[in-house]
This record gives sequence, C-alpha cells and structure tokens, in this order.
Amino acid sequence: MKVDNSLPLEYSTEENSLKILGFWIFLGAEIMLFATLFASYFTLVNRTGNGPTGAEIFEITPVLIETILLLTSSFTIGLGIHAMRIGNKKATMAFFFITLLLGAGFLGFEIFEFVHYVHVGATLQTSAFTAILLTTLGTHGLHVTFGFFWGLFILLQIKKRGLTRETANKSFIFSLYWHFLDVVWIFIFSFIYLKGMM
Amino acid sequence: MKMKWALFTMLLALGSVLSGCEPLLVLDPKGPQAKTQADDIMLSIWIMSAIVIAVFAILIFMLMKYRASKQSKDYEPPHIEGNAIVEAICVGIPVIIVIFLSILSVKSNYEVEATPAGYEDQEPLVIYASSSNWKWHFSYPEENIETVNYLYIPANRPIEFKLYSFGPITSFWIPQLGGQKYAMSDMVTTLHLAADVEGEFDGRNANFSGEGFAKNTFQVTSMSQADFDDWVKEVHETAKPITEETFDKLLEPGHLGRSTYTGTHLEFSPAPEHNHGSQDSNTEESEHQHHDSNHTDEESNHHSNH
Amino acid sequence: MDFFERFAVPHPSFLIYASMVGIGLTMIAIVIGITYFKKWGYLWSEWLTTVDHKRIGIMYLLSALLMLFRGGVDAIMMRSQLALPDNTLLDSQHYNEIFTTHGVVMILFMAMPFIMFFFNFIVPLQIGARDVAFPRLNAISFWLFFMGMGLFNLSFIIGGSPDAGWTSYFPLAGNEFSSSVGTNYYMIAIQIAGIGTLLTGINFMTTILKMRAPGMTLMKMPMFTWSAFIANVIIVFAFPVLTVALAMGTMDRLFGTNFFTTVNGGMDMLWANLFWVWGHPEVYILILPAFGLYSEIISTFAKRNLYGYKSMVASMVLISLLSFFVWAHHFFTMGQGALTNSIFSITTMAIAVPTGVKIFNWLFTLWKGKIEFTTPMLYSMLFIPLFTLGGVTGVMLAMSAADYQYHNTMFLVAHFHNVIIPGVVYAMLAGLTYYWPKLFGFMLNEKLGKWTAWVLSIGFVLAFIPMYITGLDGQARRMYTYSESTGFGLLNMVSFVGAAIMAVGFVLLVYNIYYSTRYASRDISNDPWDARSLEWATHTPVPEYNFAITPQVNTTQPFWDSKKNGHQLFKGKIEKIHMPNNSGLPFIMGCFFFVFGFAMVFSMWPLVIIGLIGILACLAYRSFEKDHGRYISVEEIEETETKLRGAKQ
Repeated sequence: MKVDNSLPLEYSTEENSLKILGFWIFLGAEIMLFATLFASYFTLVNRTGNGPTGAEIFEITPVLIETILLLTSSFTIGLGIHAMRIGNKKATMAFFFITLLLGAGFLGFEIFEFVHYVHVGATLQTSAFTAILLTTLGTHGLHVTFGFFWGLFILLQIKKRGLTRETANKSFIFSLYWHFLDVVWIFIFSFIYLKGMM
Repeated sequence: MKMKWALFTMLLALGSVLSGCEPLLVLDPKGPQAKTQADDIMLSIWIMSAIVIAVFAILIFMLMKYRASKQSKDYEPPHIEGNAIVEAICVGIPVIIVIFLSILSVKSNYEVEATPAGYEDQEPLVIYASSSNWKWHFSYPEENIETVNYLYIPANRPIEFKLYSFGPITSFWIPQLGGQKYAMSDMVTTLHLAADVEGEFDGRNANFSGEGFAKNTFQVTSMSQADFDDWVKEVHETAKPITEETFDKLLEPGHLGRSTYTGTHLEFSPAPEHNHGSQDSNTEESEHQHHDSNHTDEESNHHSNH
Repeated sequence: MDFFERFAVPHPSFLIYASMVGIGLTMIAIVIGITYFKKWGYLWSEWLTTVDHKRIGIMYLLSALLMLFRGGVDAIMMRSQLALPDNTLLDSQHYNEIFTTHGVVMILFMAMPFIMFFFNFIVPLQIGARDVAFPRLNAISFWLFFMGMGLFNLSFIIGGSPDAGWTSYFPLAGNEFSSSVGTNYYMIAIQIAGIGTLLTGINFMTTILKMRAPGMTLMKMPMFTWSAFIANVIIVFAFPVLTVALAMGTMDRLFGTNFFTTVNGGMDMLWANLFWVWGHPEVYILILPAFGLYSEIISTFAKRNLYGYKSMVASMVLISLLSFFVWAHHFFTMGQGALTNSIFSITTMAIAVPTGVKIFNWLFTLWKGKIEFTTPMLYSMLFIPLFTLGGVTGVMLAMSAADYQYHNTMFLVAHFHNVIIPGVVYAMLAGLTYYWPKLFGFMLNEKLGKWTAWVLSIGFVLAFIPMYITGLDGQARRMYTYSESTGFGLLNMVSFVGAAIMAVGFVLLVYNIYYSTRYASRDISNDPWDARSLEWATHTPVPEYNFAITPQVNTTQPFWDSKKNGHQLFKGKIEKIHMPNNSGLPFIMGCFFFVFGFAMVFSMWPLVIIGLIGILACLAYRSFEKDHGRYISVEEIEETETKLRGAKQ
C-alpha cells in the first residue's frame, strides 16, 4: 500500500482517495434520488383529495427546532473533521459525540412531528399529498437515522483504534454525508415547509 | 452478400406493400386528421428509405472493395484520425433532415390538436367517450343519448371527443379517422376527428388494460347528418333511459354487446373535468391556460432531472 | 387458510405445473451433483466469495445466458399464440404474464447482466488495472442483481407472475386491478437488482476515473471503456429515479398509499413519467456499451484504427445528455398538448444525429482497411444495416403527430426489437465470440458461429419486419388474440416462423459452445485476433492480478503500437502486488436481501424485519471489520508468469 504523507490523513492512500471519489459519486446519485422526490412532491402538492393541505398541518416550532439542531450538527461535524486533521483524538470524539446527540435530537423532534400529523389526520394513506410529504420527509429521516448509527460506529472505532488512515477516511466520508443531509434539509425547509405555510 | 440483397428486396417488398397493393388501415385515411398522419408517414418512409439505401450502398462498397481477400498480403492499412470536412458532412446532412422533419412534425402537431382542417367553421359535435373494463361508453350530451360499444357519427362534421376512463389507462383509437389518445381516470383529454366519407370503421382501445384488452373494440358508423338525426329521433322513441343503477351494472368488468339509452351517465357521474392538479380543464375558454400550466409543469420536471 | 392460498399460482395450467416439476427436479439434480462431486467447498471459496472482477463477470454471463433462454421461451410462446387467428394455445391471463416477464427478463435480467459481464471482464483489463475500485462492492452488486433475478423468477412458481406489462402502468398495476402478488414481485425484485446496478455504476465510474494505467489520458481510453464510462454515468443518474418510482409503487400496493391510484389525489401518469425518466436512459445504458464493443471489433478486423475517435466520444456524450430529455415521447398520446409534444419530438429526433455520426464513423473505419470476415465482424456488418433500419423507424416514431398512429401498435414493437436485437443482442454475441478465447483459452468454432449469425438474421428479418406492416394495419401490441377478419393472420404466421428460426440460431450457439469446448484447440496465443487494446496484452487465461507489471500507455491503441511500432508496454521489474481478500459477506447480505424481498412480496412482516436486521448487521459487521487485503509475492508472480506461455514482453 502506497502512502503519501504529503496529503491529509484521509487522502493518504490510493484506496482512501478512491473511497472519497466513490462517495462523491454516490452523493450524485443521492441528489437524483431527492430531486425525484421533490419533483414528485411538486407534482402532487395540490392533490390533497379529501385530506388536509400543507398549510393546515405544518407547525413552525418543531420544524424550526429541527432546522437549528441539524444546522448546528453540520457545524460540529465540520469542527470534528478539523480536529481530526490536526490529530486531536479527544476533540474529534467530542465533536462527533455532539453531532450525534444533535442528530438524535433532530430525529426525536421529527418523530414528534410525524405523530402530530397522524393525530390531525394526515397519514400515509390520506391523500397523494400526505403520502409524498411523509415519504420525502421519511426518506430524509431514514438517512439521518442510518447516519446516526454509522457515525456511532465510527466514533467507537476512533475510540478503539485511534486516528488511523482508515478511521480518518471514514470520518471524512461520514462528514460529507452529514453535510449532504443538511443541504437536503435546507431544501425541504424552504420548499416544503416555508412554501407550504405561505 | 446474398443476404444483403435479400434484405434489400425485403425492404422493396415492404415499400410496395406500403404504397398500396392492399391498403393498410393507417394508410387508408377517411378523415383529415388521419390524412395528415398518413401523409407524414409516407413522406418519412421515403426520406428514411433514401437514408437506408445510402447506408447500404456505402457498406456494400466498403465490404466489396476493402476485404482482405482482395488485397495483397503485405498491405498495411493506414492510420487515419478522421477528417473535419467528412465528419462535418456526416453531421450536416442528418441535421438538415432532422430540421426538415422537425418542422413537419411541429406543423402536424398543431393540426391534429385542432379542429380538423376544412371544418373550422362548423360547430363540432361533442361526444364523451369513456372506457371501463372492457367496454366503451359514448355519451352524446346535446342529443341526450348514450351508447355502449358502438358509435354513430355524422360524416363531414367535426367531432370533439372528450376521453376519460373508469379504470386503467386506455387509448381511444379509430385508425382510419386519426391517431389515438389516452383516456385516464383523473382528467379529460380531447381528440379532434372528422370523417370525410360515410362508412364503417373499426375502433379499439390500443393501450393494454388487463384481461379483456384484446376484445376491447367498438364499431364506428359514419352517416349523413339526416340519417344521424333520424337515428337520434329513433333512439328517443325506443330506448330506455339510463339510470345510475343500470350504469353501475354496465361498469362491472366484462364484455358486453351493443346497447343504447336515452340520457347520459354524465348527469349522475360527471366526467373528472375539474379535478385537482394542473392537467384537467380542457374547455375551450381555458385551453390557453391549460397549455401554460402544462408548460410550467414540464419546466419543473426538466429542472429536477438535470 | 388465506395465508397459504396466496402462495399458490392464481391461474395454474398444465404448462406451469410441468415447469414447476422441471425446475424442482433440476434444482435437486444440481444439489445432488455438487454434493456427489464434493464441490461445495470449491463453489464457496472460488465463486460465492470471490471479489475477482473476472469471476464476477463470468457469473454475470452465466445469469444472462440463463435468462436469455427463459425470455426466449416466453417469446416463442407469444409468437405461437399469435401465429393463428383466434388461437387458444394460451389464454389471456397467461399471455399477459408472458409478455410482462419477457420484457422484464430480457431488459433487466438478460441485457443488463450481459453488459455487466463486459464491464466487469473487460474494463479493468482494458485500462491496465488490477481490479475495480471497490472489489467487495462489486461482489455486492452481483449478488443483489442475482437475488433480484432469483426473486423475479420465483414469481412463476410461487404466487403468480406479474401481468401488467413490463412498464407496469398504474392504475392497472395497482391493487384494484392486479390483486395477485405478481406486481409485488415486479416492484421488489427490480428494486433489489436496481440497487446492485446503481452500486456498479458508482464502482465503474470511480474505476475508470482513477485507475487507468500511466499515460492513458481520458482521450486515449479505448472506445469500449469510454462507452462503459458514459453508460455508468447514466446509471448513476437514472437509477435513483427508478428507486423512487418503485418505492412509491410498492407503498401503493403494500401500505395503501395513493401515489398512482384513482382516488384521493393519486396521479396515474406520474408513474409513467418517472418510469420513462429512468426507462429511456436505460435503453442507452444498454446500447452505448454495445456501440463500444462494435467499435473495438470493427477496428480490429478492419485492421485499422477507429475513424473519428473524437466525434465518437462527443456523440456518446451528447446521446447520454439527450437521453434524459426525451422521456415524454413514450406517451405523446397522453394529451399534454401540441407544444410539449413538439419539444419532445425535436429532442428525440436530435438523437438521430449523433447516432448517425457513429454509423458513418464505423463505415469509414472500413475505408482503406483490410477486412477479415470473422464471426464477430460478421455480426457487426449485419448490425449496421439492420440497426439503421431500426434507427430510421425511430425517427419516424419521433414525429409525434404520426406517433398517434404508431403508438401501442406492432409498429412500435417492431421498432424497438429492431434496435435492441441487432444493436444490443448482436453486440453481446459478437463480444462473447470475440472475448471467448480470453475467457476460456479456446476459440468458438468459426463456421458454426457464422451459421448462427446468418440464421439469427434471417429469423430476425422474418420475425420483425412483418410487424411494421401489421402495426400500420391496426394491430395493437399486447393483444393475446385477433379475429380472422382482421387479416393479420398471414404476417403473424411469418413472424412465428421467423421466431422459430431465431430459436434455431440460439440452439446453434449452445451447440457451438458444446462443440468447441470438446474439440477446439487449446493451443492458441494470447492475442488470437491480432487485436489492438490492452486486454490482449496479458496472458490467457488471465492471472488474478491481470498484469504482472502495470503497462505504459502512449496512444489509443497501446498494444498495437507495441506490436508494430516498437512501443515498450511493460517497463521496470515485478513488484509484490496488493490484492483484496475474498469475502462471504456480499453473498450473505444478498441472501438477507432475498429473504427481505420475499417477505415483502407476501407482507410477512416478522420475516421482513428479520431480513432487514440481517442486512443492517452485515453493514455493521463491515464497518468494524479489519481487512487490509493480502500481497502476492514476487516469487509467486514469477512462477505464474513462467507457467503461462509467452510471458515475456
């Protein structure tokens, strides 16, 4: 295995740089996935059948809290990667921990939000609009859930194995994923919630 | 090489069949819309045949001239990167053909989507054609008549079909009068047709809709306006009125013969004209708006699929 | 009782029962055979756990050939049913199931694995790499595809096949009109295979971008690698659309949502739009690698470099872009208005231009060449005229006003078979014949090969040209029967004869494989066709590390230059080579996907959860796993190199 020490740790082997490029391409596919969901959402947004419209069910408070939690977590994972770059294992772990905590908080509020929708009669089966709304939010939520466990595993590995070329590579890729979910959320926040409430 | 000629003769045979030994339904139009389409088809067949013949000729020339058995043993083929002029010609000629066909295609699009040429000054007869598994229901709101699986129309008068479905997507098609259009459950589509002559034509659902699809057909009879008026009068004297109950029975899956009723099911089971979404309203007044909303839909689709 | 009834085939017939028994006996025979010859260990350690791109490629090939047989039987049954008017060989329901599975199997489980075989086997060799970028992921791709394929074929004997067409338009495919589990199979099996394909796309994009041999710039890549790269870009951007569409369809069927239903705001045409936003690029995913193969073959046997390399690349890039902007031409008749139709009509016709450029470039590659008529070349020379015919009818279909008459008719069926069979299937057979010596160390019989090509072509012309005519005469597609008065009888009989002749062609292919395996000479060189690109510069059979020394590249045809112009391909000395370890994880994960998918089809929720936990456990295991691969020592490489003939360069 060739090691190039002039590069940052996460890029230091050929395998590492392959993985990072591969992950960027994967994010390209993810963009298409969410783009399709958004396109379907805009197509179905007015097809509410006998069910409620977005304006009738959206509540700003939990959505704002979710937004703040996720945006902050995107910032803390950035700090975590910075700490990883300067080789500070403790700080890296701390920032990872905070990120995951914020992610869990986001999920908690999202579950609360979903329960609210079900209570006001906006279930998956109610109308085409509620179905695509819950599917789009749910797909993002599932991504965050998946990311939570993924991040947790990486945290455990950093703890056990330290900041190696592999754990650094994994952390960096995880941070790309996490930032991506944040970007998707910004679109969801603007085009689903804000547009829907107007 | 024998095969090449065999293929070539096949093509010629195809051409001669198409050009009228025995008229194929689509190429035997009985109305202005079908005529436009048949003319487009024949013209494109001729242009495409020219392209096919050109490609065949170049291929045969290359294979005859440059096969290994015709060359000396020590012949070494040269290294040729490509030639800007040759490649420009290869791009240029197809581009010209495509531009020509595009203009033709756009022009025909607007023709088949409008009242048939030559009939613009006449009031169209509006017929609601709705499909259910596996039947066609024809409602004549002005005449206050409904038929199942057969269609009487006056010749030399534009007909405006309003299509929708009580189930799977179907496609309303009378090959000799014009091309098909989908009938769907959540919106009404419009098909403009007209028959230039009196006669009998076959019609069918062309879009797969399940078990009874193959036999989902209907008969079209085109007659003079006087005969049509007589028929309407006769129906009003003899046929029973359609009720919600009889109509629900008609909707049950299966095949039925012809039947005739007075009144239309539109009274108790209206067409899905003003449903949610952007692609529903097809009335004359909102036609323009309809195009616009459609366009923006398309735009958003485009953006999201980059 | 209800629970078990769902597993029964809803419309059984003697044919289905007979096939069930046949499949059951074959499975038992295979298991007994493997046990008797004590091959379980070999199967596990050499194939099921392999991460070697060449072996994964061969497994794709075997799957594709198997599915070619299955889809072919479907085709023959359809043509037999339609050979006579008012025929009663099949009833409506069976006919519907057969054309549905024929379409899905041929596109997704035959053509796709066939091109995956070429990607896997050839791309790493052609760019001088040791393997793909992510060998383990590559194995996962294969096993997901394989399990999806298995699940889809299972529908035939458990629960009933899907019957709503390969396009599966809603609301016909919804619960209201398709109450059996068939369409569940469609949604879930394709989803699983589709995820595998998406991962392949990521894998090969990375491989081609990052792992090319030194000196091989993008514009020096062999044409097949270029086509593979573009096809994989299309995969990455098109398959997520299918993922979403299938997920929505699954939710409609299993969870009672209203995406595509006729009530509560559902929109049936949304499915059609999403399906074709994926579906149209999908056909270019199939045809572009085929074009790549033809480019390699034509250049090899014309003994000339490929004419117009740059315009070949440019035209493929253009085709891939345009392929995302033409989807609405699959439903011009939806009533979206003249303006929308005009736009899509023009974008569709525009594709003819880059495709035409490619045809002319192949023709000019023959110019001043020294053409050898081998079997692969024969396929290519039959491809050009037949594909041109299919291409020009495509331009005719693109004229939307006229399409109102072609849509849903046999004319359309004739067109897409006319592009897919000479375009894709011939390329696969030509490529298979061409690469056979590299795969197995002997050549397929040339005489039988040429016979196969001619028989297939005669059968093809007889089978599909009549459909253009019956289409214009008003024969709609997907009709299980027609009455005598329609006059379709004679031409449909001709079609049937053509299909039967094609079947003979495929039997000849199988016989050729058998015959050559027994009698062909094993004493062939590493480069039996006198070819031009890197895959021929290594040994036959290819050692697991592909190249002992990474080759140096100077032009688009480095191996040719090394033979004719004194280019030195292998510089430096042998060093130890890092290789990935085999892993059982991809196979195990595939099995969990199978369990998950099967349970989803029948809504067996506890089993769904078990399958899901299994999948996640595999992912978690992978996260914690330490696997640094292994090294092949210099001595071992040298030993292998001496053993294989013609090792020194």
